Amino acid sequence: MNVVDNLGMGKPSDLVQGTLDLLILKTLLPEAMHGWAIGKRIQQLSGEVLQVQQGSLYPALHRLEQQGWIKAKWAESETGRQAKFYALTAAGRSQLEKETANWNRLSAAINLVVSEA
Amino acid sequence: MRWFEQLRMRVLMLFGRRHADKSLDDELSFHLERQIAENLAAGMTPDEARFSALRTFGNPALLREQSRASWSWNGLESLLRDLHYSVRTLRRSPTFSLMAILVIALCIGAATSLFTIVRSVLLKPLPFRDPDHLVMVYEHFRGDWANQDGFNYNVVSPADYYDWRAQTHGFQDIAAWRWWQFNLTGERDELPEVVTAAAGTWNFFPLLGVQPAFGRTFTESEDHPGSNVVMLTWSVFERRFAGDSSIVGRHIHLDGKPFTVVGILPKDFAYPYATVQVWVPYQAMASPDELQHHDWHQSHIIARLLPTVSLGNAVSQVEAVQYRDHLQYLNEPVAEDVAPRAITDDLAKDVKKPLILLMGAVACMLFIGCLNVANLLVARGAARQKEVAIRGALGAQRWTLVREQLTESLLICFAGGAAGVLLSLTATRWLAHAWKDLPSAQGIHVDGVVLGFACALVFAAALLAGLLPAISSTGKAVFAALQASSRTTGGSLSRTALRKTLLTVEIGVTVVLLISAGLLLKSFVRLRSTDLGCATDNVLTMSYSLPKEKYDKPERINAFNESLLARLRALPGVRAVALGSTLPGNSWGGDDVFTIPEHPPITPGAELPDALDRLADPGYFTALGIPLLQGRFFTMQDRDDHANRVIISNQLARQYFPGENPIGKHLLVSARDKAGYEIVGVVGDTLWQVGQPTKATMYFPLFSGNFKNSFGFSLAVRTVSEPLAMAIQVQKQIAEFDPQLPVSDVLTLTQVIGDSIGNTSFSATLVLAFAALSLLLASVGLYGVLSYLMTQRMTEIGIRIALGAQREQVLRLALVDGLRPAFLGLAFGLAASVAAVRLVQSMLYKTEPLDPAVFATVAATLLAVAALACLLPAWRASRLDPMQALRTE
Repeated sequence: MNVVDNLGMGKPSDLVQGTLDLLILKTLLPEAMHGWAIGKRIQQLSGEVLQVQQGSLYPALHRLEQQGWIKAKWAESETGRQAKFYALTAAGRSQLEKETANWNRLSAAINLVVSEA
Repeated sequence: MRWFEQLRMRVLMLFGRRHADKSLDDELSFHLERQIAENLAAGMTPDEARFSALRTFGNPALLREQSRASWSWNGLESLLRDLHYSVRTLRRSPTFSLMAILVIALCIGAATSLFTIVRSVLLKPLPFRDPDHLVMVYEHFRGDWANQDGFNYNVVSPADYYDWRAQTHGFQDIAAWRWWQFNLTGERDELPEVVTAAAGTWNFFPLLGVQPAFGRTFTESEDHPGSNVVMLTWSVFERRFAGDSSIVGRHIHLDGKPFTVVGILPKDFAYPYATVQVWVPYQAMASPDELQHHDWHQSHIIARLLPTVSLGNAVSQVEAVQYRDHLQYLNEPVAEDVAPRAITDDLAKDVKKPLILLMGAVACMLFIGCLNVANLLVARGAARQKEVAIRGALGAQRWTLVREQLTESLLICFAGGAAGVLLSLTATRWLAHAWKDLPSAQGIHVDGVVLGFACALVFAAALLAGLLPAISSTGKAVFAALQASSRTTGGSLSRTALRKTLLTVEIGVTVVLLISAGLLLKSFVRLRSTDLGCATDNVLTMSYSLPKEKYDKPERINAFNESLLARLRALPGVRAVALGSTLPGNSWGGDDVFTIPEHPPITPGAELPDALDRLADPGYFTALGIPLLQGRFFTMQDRDDHANRVIISNQLARQYFPGENPIGKHLLVSARDKAGYEIVGVVGDTLWQVGQPTKATMYFPLFSGNFKNSFGFSLAVRTVSEPLAMAIQVQKQIAEFDPQLPVSDVLTLTQVIGDSIGNTSFSATLVLAFAALSLLLASVGLYGVLSYLMTQRMTEIGIRIALGAQREQVLRLALVDGLRPAFLGLAFGLAASVAAVRLVQSMLYKTEPLDPAVFATVAATLLAVAALACLLPAWRASRLDPMQALRTE
C-alpha cells in the first residue's frame, strides 16, 4: 500500500503491512466518515506528512468492510450530497485495540534499535 | 458478531453486486467532486481544477478494479466473465470451435479407451484375495532351441507339480490347473455342445480366495482320477441352466458321463478366460499313470506366497526340487529351472506389447491434436493481436489476458473431453469385444479412476494447447503491434516461427506414427500371404472329440472314424477328406521328444530332439496337398499291430538326419510306445501357426489305436465349391452316426488363418487409423499456417506482382515457404523413427525395422499430402489481384 510521504522526497514508502488499516481504524474511532474525509484526516493528523493515495485508500476500505471491521452507510455529507460513510463495528473496535498494542510494541522495538548509538 | 458481519457482506456481494458497483462509482465520483471543490477553493479556474483533480485521481478504471479485487466472490466473478467471453469468441467462429472440439474428442476418446483396457489388463489387481501374493510358476528349459523365441515359460508336468507342493515350504500353498474340453450333452433333447473346461486342484479356489455363489468347491477326497464332480461358471449356469440354483446336487453329462454339480462359481469369476464353462477336479480326467509323468507338460501353476518368505527364497526352494527331478530323468524333457511370472503379466502376455504400442500411438495422436489446437489458437491470437495490445495499454494485467485465453482452450478441451469420454464408452466396449486375445478376468469397463485419468488428460491438453499461444500473444512484444503501421508488409516473425516450430514437431511425430503403422501393415501383409504348406482354398475344417465312456476301445474309435471318412468321401461336392489330430495352422497341438536308435546316444542332460506329434489317415497328405518328398504315404495296412510307422516332415529330416537317408531309420518316442517307429516317408513342411517358424513334425498312423489319451480329431474336407455351404451336410453325416456328438470350430482353413493373424491385423489397423488421423491433422495444420501466412503477406505479394513478379514465382515462393516445415519435420521424423522402430521390431514378421520401402512410401506420402495442403493457399496467393490487395486494409 502506498502512502506518500509529503515532506520527504515524495517517493512512496511502503509502510509496514497493516499500518494503513490501523490508521483508518484509528481515524474512524471518534465518528463515522467518508473516504475523502478519512484521507484528509490522516493527512491532517500526521502534520501533512502522510498522504494516502486513492489507489490504496479505497481498496483498503473495501477490504476492511469485507472483513467486518467497519461497515458502510449512505448518508448526507456536509455538502448535502449523498456519501458513503464508514463506521467501526464492535469487532473493528477490538481489532483496533489489538493492532494499536501491536504497533506500540513494534515501534518501541524499532526505536530501541534505531536510537542505539 | 464479526462472522455475522462477514456473512452479511458475502450475501450482499453475491446478490447485490450491481448495486455495489453503482455504489462504488458514486463513492469515487464523490471523492472527485470534493477534490475539484478543494481545487476551486484554492483559486484554480474550473477547468484547471477539474484536470488537476483527475490527474491526482489516476486511472479510475484501474482504481475500480483494485477496489473490486477486495470484494468477496471476485474470483468467481472473473471466472464467469472469462467463460462468458470465451463462449462468445468460440461461437463467433463455429467452424474453428467444432473442428477443435472434434479433434480433442477423438484424441481424448481414443486415449481414454486404451487407458481403460491397459488399466484393466495390466494394472488392476485380479479380484482375488491378496492378489499381490499370487504368482505363476513355470518350468524353464536352459537350451538355446527352447529359448530362441525369448525366455521360455514352459507349462508344468503333474509329477513336477506334486513334488513342488510336497517338498517345498516357501509358499503358503501351490495349486494347478489345466485346459480341458468336454462334450456337454442334454438330459432331454437339448443340443449337444463342446464346452471349454478347466481342471483345477482341490486347493485352487481356496488358494485364490474365491467363494462359490452356490454350493461348495471341490474337496481333497474328490480330487482323484475318475472323479465325477463339476463346478459351473456363471455364464453356463445362466445360459444353459436358466440360473436355477437347484442344479446344485444334480447331474449333468460331460462326454456322456454323469457329473454331480457341487457348486456355481460367482459371476465376476472369469479366470483364466471367460470362455471356460465348467471346472472339474485336477485329477478327474487324468489317468493314474499320467500323474506320475515328469515329461507331460500341460499344467499352469499358481502359488501363494507366505508373508514371511521372499519370492526369491520360495522360488529357489522349488528350483532345487526341480533340478533334482531333472537329474533323475536326464533322458526325458524335464526342465532344469523354474521361472516365476506375475499373474497379470501371465494373462496379458499376448496383448502387452500391442497394448503398449497402441498406447504410444494414441499418446502421439493426442500430442498432435493438442499441437494442432495450439496452432489454431496461435493463428487466432495473431488476428486479435491489436485487441490484446489495446487492452494491455488500458491497464489489463497480463495474467488476466493469459487466463482469458486459457479459459478458451480449457472450454474447447472440456467440451471435447466430455464428447471423448462418451465416445470412449462405446469404443471401449467395441475394443473389448473385437480384441479376442484380451484377458477378461478383471472386467473391462470405465470407472472412477478412468474418469479421473480423462479429466487429468483434459487439463493437460488444455494447458498444452492454451499456454503456448496465450503466453506468446500477450508478451511485451505485443505492444509493438500498436506501433506497427496498419499496413503491415510481413507477419510478425516470432509468431510465424512459433507456428512453424509447432508444425515441424507435429509432422515429425506423424512421420514416426506413419512409419510404425507402415511396418506393422507390411508385416501383416507378409503374414497373410504366408504359405501354410498345404492347400487352403475350399477347405472346410471341423473338430470333434469322441467321449471315452462310449468309445472305450480303439476299435470303436477306428470304426467311427473309418465309416465317417467313407461316408464323407462319397458325398457329392467333396473332392477329398483328411482326418487327423491337429490340422496345419490350427495350433501347437502337442509335441514329444524322441531318440534315434541308429544314432549314437545323446549325452545325458543335453537338449533332447523334439517334434510336433500328429495323427494322419492314409488320405491325409493327398487331401491337404502336402507333397511327398521321399518314401511313401500311409496305407490302410499301417494299422493296429502294423502301425509302428512314422512319416516325418522335411524340417525333421534336415534337422536330425543331415546328409543321410532317414527312410528305414527309427524314432523312439517314449511317450507313445517303448518300441520304435520306422520312418516310411518324408513330407513337406507345414506351419503349426501362421507367423511362427516351422517346427519338426512327426505323423503317426491314425488307425494305430494309440491315441495318447486324447480323442480329439480334426476333419478337413476339400470341396468343389464354397466350403461353408457343405458344413451342414457334413455335420448331418456325423449326427447320423452319433446324435450326441457335437462338433466345434466349423471354419474354412482361410478363416483359421485369418483368426490366428486377427490380432496382428487388429493392432496394425488401429495404429494405421491413428497414423492416418495424425496425417490429416498435420495437413490441416499445414494448410492453416500457410493460409495465415499468405493473408499476412497479401500486401507484400500484391506489391511484388504489381512490380512484375510472375505468378509462377509467387507460387513457388509460397510453396517453398509452406513446405519448409514439412521437409524439416520429415527429416526429424525419419531420424526419430530409426530409434522408435526398435520398439516395434519384436512385433514384426519377416519385415526389417528399417525397411526402405516403408520409409520411402511414408516420406513420399507425407510430402504429397503436405504439397496438397500448401497448394491451395499458394495458388490463391499467386492469383492475387494486386490492385485489390493494395487497396484492402
